[in-house]
Amino acid sequence: MLGKTAGGLFWMFRYLERSENTARLIDAGHRIALTKSGAGNNEWTSILATSGARPAFDAKYDAHYGPDVVDFLLRDRDNPSSVLSVITAARDNARMVRTALTREVWEAVNECYLVLKDALARKVPDRDLPHVLGTIRQRSAFVRGALHGTMLRNDIYDFARIGTFIERADNTARILDVKYYVLLPSAHFVGTSLDNVQWETILRSVSAESAYRHTYGPDIGPSEIAEFLILDGRLPRSLAFCAGKIGDNLGYLREQYGTHLPCHDTAEAVCTRMRASTIQMVFDGGLHEFLQDFLRFNGMLGQQIEQDYRFYG
Amino acid sequence: MGDKDLFDEMMGRGAEAPRGPYKGFGTWFDAEDPTRLRKKAREAEDVFRLTGITFNVYGLEEANERLIPFDIVPRIISAREWTKLERGIEQRVRALNAFLHDIYHRQEIIRAGRVPAEMIARNEAFLPKMIGVSPPGGVYTHIVGTDLVRTGEDEFYVLEDNARTPSGVSYMLENRETMLQMFPELFSANRVRSVSDYPQNLRRSLSDCMPPACTGRPVVGVLTPGIHNSAYYEHAFLADQMGAELVEGHDLRVVDGRVAMRTTQGYTPIDVLYRRVDDDFLDPLNFNPDSLLGVPGILDVYRAGGITIANAPGTGIADDKAIYSYMPEIVEFYTGESAILKNVPTWRCNEADALAYVLDNLSDLVVKEVHGSGGYGMLVGPAASKKEIAAFRAKLISKPDNYIAQPTLSLSTVPIFTKAGLAPRHVDLRPFVLVSPRKIHITPGGLTRVALKKGSLVVNSSQGGGTKDTWVLED
Repeated sequence: MLGKTAGGLFWMFRYLERSENTARLIDAGHRIALTKSGAGNNEWTSILATSGARPAFDAKYDAHYGPDVVDFLLRDRDNPSSVLSVITAARDNARMVRTALTREVWEAVNECYLVLKDALARKVPDRDLPHVLGTIRQRSAFVRGALHGTMLRNDIYDFARIGTFIERADNTARILDVKYYVLLPSAHFVGTSLDNVQWETILRSVSAESAYRHTYGPDIGPSEIAEFLILDGRLPRSLAFCAGKIGDNLGYLREQYGTHLPCHDTAEAVCTRMRASTIQMVFDGGLHEFLQDFLRFNGMLGQQIEQDYRFYG
Repeated sequence: MGDKDLFDEMMGRGAEAPRGPYKGFGTWFDAEDPTRLRKKAREAEDVFRLTGITFNVYGLEEANERLIPFDIVPRIISAREWTKLERGIEQRVRALNAFLHDIYHRQEIIRAGRVPAEMIARNEAFLPKMIGVSPPGGVYTHIVGTDLVRTGEDEFYVLEDNARTPSGVSYMLENRETMLQMFPELFSANRVRSVSDYPQNLRRSLSDCMPPACTGRPVVGVLTPGIHNSAYYEHAFLADQMGAELVEGHDLRVVDGRVAMRTTQGYTPIDVLYRRVDDDFLDPLNFNPDSLLGVPGILDVYRAGGITIANAPGTGIADDKAIYSYMPEIVEFYTGESAILKNVPTWRCNEADALAYVLDNLSDLVVKEVHGSGGYGMLVGPAASKKEIAAFRAKLISKPDNYIAQPTLSLSTVPIFTKAGLAPRHVDLRPFVLVSPRKIHITPGGLTRVALKKGSLVVNSSQGGGTKDTWVLED
């Protein structure tokens, strides 16, 4: 398999994952704006920070006004992580690796692009926002479904999965880190409506609100949320789950190629740390510090994979 | 229907009933509900869009991916007609390969005075670096797309030989796929020869030309300029269908005397490279130093027998429009037979008499650039305005070597499906030919391009042309 193809698959699935995560973030922000109880904190500011788009946004706008933020995150070509930008990039990568994909996967990603390009051709009015956000998530799910249902389980599949989970881990860790202060046990506002809304938002932005209730019951508590999103290996968007999947898929590559590379050691180190941690240990060492460490290692792992498998010249 | 001076492949010259090959189709069509057909035609477009069978139009930034319009009326060729075409094409392709070998070796045809020496020596398509080089298996043109036009019941002309990197074969295959999906009943009622094994034949044909350095099962790669190239869809499609690697220049480098591709596990040699990149861009060390599309040093590996390049570098000398006018002599010289397929009479503007004639008759002639393609830079006299003709006259006078002229032929028509029913439109035909050391194989079918505008003679997709499925009937 060509190194370029591995890179194309990795990025195609990173971008698709990012489109879906951005849609979730906007959804959570939109909801908070609708239910807002006059809290001073501007939710759109944290959403910009989470998506990493704040510097680019601030260069263009003066204030974090909801409709501007939504438009910037959904369809601004100046924002390389806007849904329209990443869907276009995902499809360009898919075209580049066309021979590695089944017809079903290619058609799903091509249709995803055609449908979203159309849906995002002009500013999305407030009343259409839920529908458009739903379409983004659904289209990304179609591609994933085609991948699961039709692709051979070989190195092609592994690179697609590794891209997905590197991106997803990065996203969940950012969501937590931007809001880490509302999750600290020392926060004294337990049970205030403001906190409830913040906690709700965190769960919504990883589509875990219902899973949380099934696991922990009706009361939402900050350390439970942290435990759930960081350490619970059953939650498909938790850090532990993503780290485990990256480790698994790198392991399959090591088996198929018969080569042990530096990225395998890094992935193993991340997994070991996850397995050995309890939420108490995380808080004792500092939640923010833990998340910063995780983000750094995850980023490094991505770069090692690019290098070890010769994505670029 | 139609003009009695023009030959319509369905209705002949103004007949009441369809010609033989179209009888089955005509019966089916008459019984069909036009509304259903219109719906089917729209569905076909959706299929093409979803599959991504688009081509990029150069010079347009946004929305630069377009669909080539597809017409649902098939172009139908009888077994008898096809047999003649097949013989004619095979003879011509054999002659082209013999000519190329000769031109890069002893140049007997020049010594015999049949082709003037300056036609070769001063030709940009002639590659001195290929002198004395014998390609693996002796094949120069592994893939040829011979452009044919028809003017009557039994009159076919070769318009161009396309011996470099002919494109369009993916349309031949996808058009058939689409017709099979939309109108399966047509294929049970008509015995249409299959074209679907083209990719397997291509792979076999390329593998048969493996280089001396290849020891096991040949590794085949398709070299593309990348996703922004107008024919990228086809490059990816063929690589996928052949089970070959789709590579770009930056995936390749010369390692230990072989051309190798960068894989996730290091560099692996490629044995046969089906390149869809022009000679000029193939090797920045040997040709255009600014090229980012090629592989530095590939030509040296090629000359040492380390890789097969298909088509061979330097084949452009054989499909050059100035050389074209010598094809009857070339066919006769190498096969000892007269050419089965006719050449369009051609005036070479580098000859003073011919130039004078062309300048006097611009409004009746088609004038083409010697190295041009894609319908760009040509003048269609009868369709051009006085102003266009005057402008072209100036270009022609300043660089006569660059042009040839041909009479406008009364091209045959085939009906297309319009809102008002069937309407005749001009067509051409590009069958695809595979050459291996063992044989020449011509896929029964090809790409039919159709000028969608009434009366237009320009069928190029970049100029508003469409395509049709092309049927060759069983005997």
